[in-house]
This record gives sequence, C-alpha cells and structure tokens, in this order.
Amino acid sequence: MQIKPILAALRHHKAGTILVALQIALTLAIVCNALFIIRQRLVHLSEPSGVDEASLFVIYNGWADQAATMQFDAQVRTDLAALRQLPSVRNAAPASSCPLCGDGDDVPVMLAPDQTQWIADPAMYAGDEQLLDTLGVKLVAGRNFRADEIGKMGSRDFTVPPVVIVSRTLADRLFPRGEALGKPIYMMSNTPSTIIGIVDRLQRQNVGGWTRPYAYQSMLWPMRPVSSQGLYYIVRAKPGQLAAAMREAPKALYAEDRMRIIDPEHGTLSFAEVRRRIYDSDLGMAILMGLISVVLLAITAAGIVGLTSFWVGQRRKQIGVRRALGATRRDILGYFLTENLLIGLGGVLVGTVLAIGINLWMVTQFEMARLSLAYVMTGVVALLLLGQGAVLGPALRASRVSPVEATRSV
Amino acid sequence: MFSYYLELALRSLRRSPGLTALMVLAIGFGVAASMTTWSVFRAVSGDPIPWKSSQLFVPQIDNWGPNGRSSDGEPPNAMGYTDAMALMRDHRAKRQSAMYQISPSVVPAEVGKHPLNVSGHAVYGEFFPMLDVPFKYGSGWSASDDTNRATVVVISGKLNQKLFGGASSVGKTVNIEGKDYRVVGVLDDWNPQPRFYDVVNTGGFSTTGDDVFLPFLTAIQTSMPNDGNTNCNAVPEESGFVGLQHSECVWIAYMAELDGAAAATAYRNYLNDYAREQQQAGRFRWAPNSRLRNLPQWLDNQHVVPSDTKVSLLVALGLLLVCLVNTVGLLLAKFLRRSGEIGVRRALGAQRAAIYAQFLTEAGIVGLAGGVLGLLLTGAGVASVGWVLPRDIAALARVDVSLLLLTLLVAVVATMLAGLYPTFRASRVQPAWQLKSN
Repeated sequence: MQIKPILAALRHHKAGTILVALQIALTLAIVCNALFIIRQRLVHLSEPSGVDEASLFVIYNGWADQAATMQFDAQVRTDLAALRQLPSVRNAAPASSCPLCGDGDDVPVMLAPDQTQWIADPAMYAGDEQLLDTLGVKLVAGRNFRADEIGKMGSRDFTVPPVVIVSRTLADRLFPRGEALGKPIYMMSNTPSTIIGIVDRLQRQNVGGWTRPYAYQSMLWPMRPVSSQGLYYIVRAKPGQLAAAMREAPKALYAEDRMRIIDPEHGTLSFAEVRRRIYDSDLGMAILMGLISVVLLAITAAGIVGLTSFWVGQRRKQIGVRRALGATRRDILGYFLTENLLIGLGGVLVGTVLAIGINLWMVTQFEMARLSLAYVMTGVVALLLLGQGAVLGPALRASRVSPVEATRSV
Repeated sequence: MFSYYLELALRSLRRSPGLTALMVLAIGFGVAASMTTWSVFRAVSGDPIPWKSSQLFVPQIDNWGPNGRSSDGEPPNAMGYTDAMALMRDHRAKRQSAMYQISPSVVPAEVGKHPLNVSGHAVYGEFFPMLDVPFKYGSGWSASDDTNRATVVVISGKLNQKLFGGASSVGKTVNIEGKDYRVVGVLDDWNPQPRFYDVVNTGGFSTTGDDVFLPFLTAIQTSMPNDGNTNCNAVPEESGFVGLQHSECVWIAYMAELDGAAAATAYRNYLNDYAREQQQAGRFRWAPNSRLRNLPQWLDNQHVVPSDTKVSLLVALGLLLVCLVNTVGLLLAKFLRRSGEIGVRRALGAQRAAIYAQFLTEAGIVGLAGGVLGLLLTGAGVASVGWVLPRDIAALARVDVSLLLLTLLVAVVATMLAGLYPTFRASRVQPAWQLKSN
C-alpha cells in the first residue's frame, strides 16, 4: 500500500481530515481520563474493610433522656446481654463508631510526649472485649482486651486508655521495623498507652477526602461508649441468619427500654448497606464516566462513518477510474482503511498529549492521581480499532464501486 | 426570504435522514449531558442568600498557633468556646451569633410514641434577623432571653407538623432532652443549600434541615453536648462537655453581619486587636493570624462545591465539544455535497450573504432539533442524576424555565457556531467551476 497518494489526497480535504483527527484526539483525551477515574473508583470501592461483612449489621442507638454516665453504662450492659442472648446472634459489641460508618473520632498519635507533629491520625473505635470477635477481625499479634480493662467513655470524654489495639497498617506506620507490640504511644497527652495487640486489617470510618492517605490506620480503645449522644451496637449474626437477627435485635432493645431512639429507616443497617452508602458517590461517578465514554465513542464512530461515506460518495468517479485501470477491490478497501489509519494516528498523537495535559491539570485541581501510560496506550489502540471498524462499512461500499462509474458523468 | 431558506433547509435535511439524525443525536446528547451536570453544579455553587451574602462574614481566630495551622497558614476553621464568648461579649458587629450543632431527642407529648432524634443548632437571638430567617408563626427570641438563659425554642415547620399537626404551636411546650421548652417561633419553609451558617459541620449539603434552634447559653447551661466536628490540638484537661468549653478545642461556628467595607475593615482590626490582647495576656504565644471572609469567599475557601460535581461538569462539557467538532465535520460534508446547487444559486445572482443565511438557517434547524431532544434528555437526566451523584446533592438539581431556555439556546448557538466554518466554505464555492464540471 502506497502512502504518498493517500497523503496527497488528504491534502485536498484538509478541513475534514483535521476535524476527524481533532475529534479522535479529544475523544482519546476525555476517554482516557474517564477510564482512569472509573478504574480508580472501582478499585477504591472494592477495598475490603477487614470485618465479616456478610453477617454484620449495626444499630445506631440514641438515648431519649439525659442521665448519669453510670445509668447509661448499666443500660448498655443490659442491652448487650439481651442482644447476645438472641438465638440468631453470634456476638454483639458496643462501639463509638464502625468501619465505613461515616463519622467518628480520629486521634493523632505521637511517639514521644513532647512531640508536636503527629506521626499518624488513625480512626478510633471505642468498644469492649467482644468487639474483636464481633467484627470478625483477626488478631495477628499480642492479645485482646480483658474484661477488667474495659473502661467507660462518657460525653466528650478524652481520657486516654492505658492499653490499645492497633491495625497492622497503623503499627507499620508508627514502627516501620515491626516492633510495635508492647511499645508506648502518646495521644496528645503525656500518659503513654501501650500497644497490646495488632489486628490484621481494619478500615477507617471514612474512606474519602482527606482520609485517603491514612486508609486502614485504625485503633481500638477498651472503653464502652456511654455518652448521652448514643452509640453503635455492632451485631454479628450466626451464618445465614442475618435477616432474622436484624428483625429481632431492635425489638429486643425496645423490650429492654422504650426511652431510646433507633431511627426506623436508617437506624438498623446491614453492613452491605453501610458499604453501599459510603461508596455511593464513587460508584455513581464510575457509572457517569462510563456513560459519557460510551456516548463519546459512539458519536466519534458515527462521525467517522458519516464523513467517510461522504468522501466515498464524492470520489466514486475516481474510484471507478482506479478500478478501470486495474486496481482490485482489496486495493480500494486498503486505501480507505489506510487513510483512516493515518488520520487516526495523527489524532491519537495529539490526543495522547492532550490526555496527559488534562490529567496533569486535574492533578493540580482535584487531588487526582497521575494517569498511567497503560491507560493512554489502551485508549490509543481502542480508538484506532474504533476508527478502522467505523470506516469498514463505507470502505466496503467504495470497493464495490464498479469500474463503469468511470465512464459516467457525475 | 427566511421561509424560503427554511424550506430549503428542511428539504436538504430530509434528503439525508441518516446524517441529519446523527447530528441531532450528537447535539442532543452533548447538550443534555452538559445541562444535567450544569443543573447540579448550579445548585451547589449558588449563593444561598444572594441579597445579603456580601454583608455576612465568618471570622477566624488563630488560637492554636503555628503548629496547628494547615500548610497554607490558615487558622482553625471553627472557634473555641473562649474566643466565641469573647467576641459575643464585645458585640462589635451589627448582628452576630456563635452557634453549635446539636442533636437532641424530642419526646412527643402523646403517650406511646417513640422519642425522636432531631438535628438543630444552638444560636443567639440575632441569628434569625441576621439571616432573614422566615417565620410562619411567632418569631425568634430577644437578647434578654439569651442572657437569662430562657428555655425557649424555635422549631421547623416540619417538626411543628409532626408534633402539633401544623397549627400554631407558639406558647406551647416541647420536651427536649427531658426538659420543657416554650415554642416562640415556627419557621416557614427554610432549608438553605448550602447550609451556609455552618458549612464546617454540615459539609454544606444535607437533605434534612435543622428542626430546633435553642438559645446558645441555655444549651450550654443544660450541658447539651455539641454534635458536630470537634477538633483539638491537645487533650482537654477536664473531661466532659464542660472540659470542652475550658479547652482550646474548636467546635463553634460564628457569623457576623457587617454593613459595608468600612465596617469590615474595622471588624478585621478588632479581630487583630483581640488576638494581640490575648498575646499580651500570654494566652497566644504568636502574632495575630485572624481571617475575616464574607460568605461567598468563605464557601469557596471551605470547598463547599464537591470536586466530583466539577469534574462531571467538565467531562460533560468535553463531550459537548466533541459533539460540536463532529457536527462541524458532518455539516461540512453536507454543505459541500451541494456545491453544484450553490454554484447555480451564485450564478443566478445570489449574494454570499444569501448563501450564509441559507446554510446558517439549516444549521440552526439542526441545533433546534438537537435542543428539543436535549430538553427531553435533560429532563430525564435531572430526574435520574441521583443514581450517579450523591443523593443530597443530586436532590438539589431542578428543571426550571431558565434551564430549559439555556438548553435550547446552547444547542442552537453552538450548532450555528459549528455551522460557521462549513457555511464559510460553502460561500466560497466558485460558481464557474461548479457549472463547468457539471
């Protein structure tokens, strides 16, 4: 296939050629970045939380009346006993918050009492000695809390506990050489807290925004949350009994005491629902980017079909002449495919530069990661194939132009 | 003449229905994607109180010093109790209010009804006139109610409906956290988005509005704890809500009304003077680092518009751009295919301007058809945008007359712009050459 005559012919359709190339370039630039966003969001939302999601649900329990801390503590203990007695429930624990639940506390950690800059800012879950088993997280080093270590955390109570359990990610962040167990840490206070246990993986309450760099940094405090503001009851159902447990648990709690508030709509949530809520916007963004990419590719393909059809129509006479002079159908087909390939190559060349440029700009504006070249390469191949596919129809029609056309006028 | 061009255009469009449909579809989708994302962006970036936003200011006091500042040197975005109380005492603005988010329980008077959790804010009486809060019944409370720690409450129309069936409840009592409060006012429909008076705690947008407003000092006196963000640079020395009040933790939002630039400058000086006093008293060991931003600046500073909303709008505009490039190409092909016709018209005396009018009319019709399709798709898009964008944000997107007009306008203007170059090429057709080659 000779390229020179094709280039010469393209020079006669400068505007059309540039427009198709420009369209391919813009499509490549946008689709690459959209695919990159989709991939990032999908990776993000499939990150494991570290807990036994299939059999967990959470109840957000608020209190209707003001009472002393001791009263709340007694009530929480009674509630837990009632929950743990349910036949469908394997275990239940109180918690100040839960992984992926949205809001909760984070506590800056330092390695010396006089440090001013914190090393890590982990999510904090206050709960009792049953919290580990309830969440279903694996202890990889050290030990769990003992029942006699569990204290109380009232409203706006900032007392730092003497012992804590940390996630492996947090342990590695604080002590990169792996000697975290038994070490003291300082949480904005001169009182040290000793790391007595390390759990395998435990996600934060929140997964977006500023917490991104601190994913999986979390810690457990041996404290029952007994503030007037309420607490989470985390319940682990026996295998296959999640639905039954979710029905029975709120009833059991109301039977204990009516002066509590469990939102009838959002108060009791399965963990699948908790997960869906926190990753809702990521999934939505991925779908939106996917929709826009599909529409873009369809329009670009249709545009190539339309414009090439026009060119074929315009050149019927020339094609007829070429055929009369001995060009085979394959030659004509090859001509249009090569022509499209040349335009496509020009387009993707510009598009690659544009894609990277747009990504670099987005990095500065929206805290986005750098586009990996694999996406650009995938996009380049996809668009070239799309172009070839789109041009195939008109090119086949061109190849069927009869040599007789050369003799007709118009 | 126009009707003639219209007829020519329609005939031409009918001659190649595939190409026409393609152009209309492209314009329709491009415009609809842009308009749908625009409607969301417009909703979240709008001014929640346009008639007054330039007079509302958010002061920031640096009570943490250099170690507590963010990388750009910004002081904390909320206030500690000490500073908020000092600013309220000095009362230097025309109106002002410290406020904090609360989430108390309300116990319905009817026996057997479950208590419910409501969200609200503890504010000063000046909050209501400062923000032009509309009342359905009654009004806010007075300055003396503030200082006397009166047990009064302003409730939302929604809560009034729930507790009192919608009738005026002014003078009646509501049991909040086990204590009786006398209703002094019931709000009319008021749910500003973004929740500009406390964007730090509300994140800007939430579908559920505030249901109760209590006097700030009353809430403090009854130890009603704050429900929002609490940021500390050190562990409070005492525990509990009282410990929080004695600490340097920040958890209070603050808003002041200042008329004009002179008042703003005076207030800025006052903030710096206050910080300097604190420095002299030994509480701050650093130079004043105060901020005073008016509401639009503050919303911008706090990044109230989510970046996903901006990215979607940009990507949708990119789609529109590609659709337009596509349209330029197709129109070019379509117009130049009729070179012969143009040649005849020109030879018979048609001016270039006439060719322009003819082809721009054709482009305009394509744009109009694309716009009508875009209208339908935008309607569908706005209705279903909750599937892809966070629900409390998507819920704000509205289809209104201005959006519909804008959709049509963008479609027609953009398509006619896209038609300019093809029309220019068409007008350059040499009549002699065309006639000869025919």
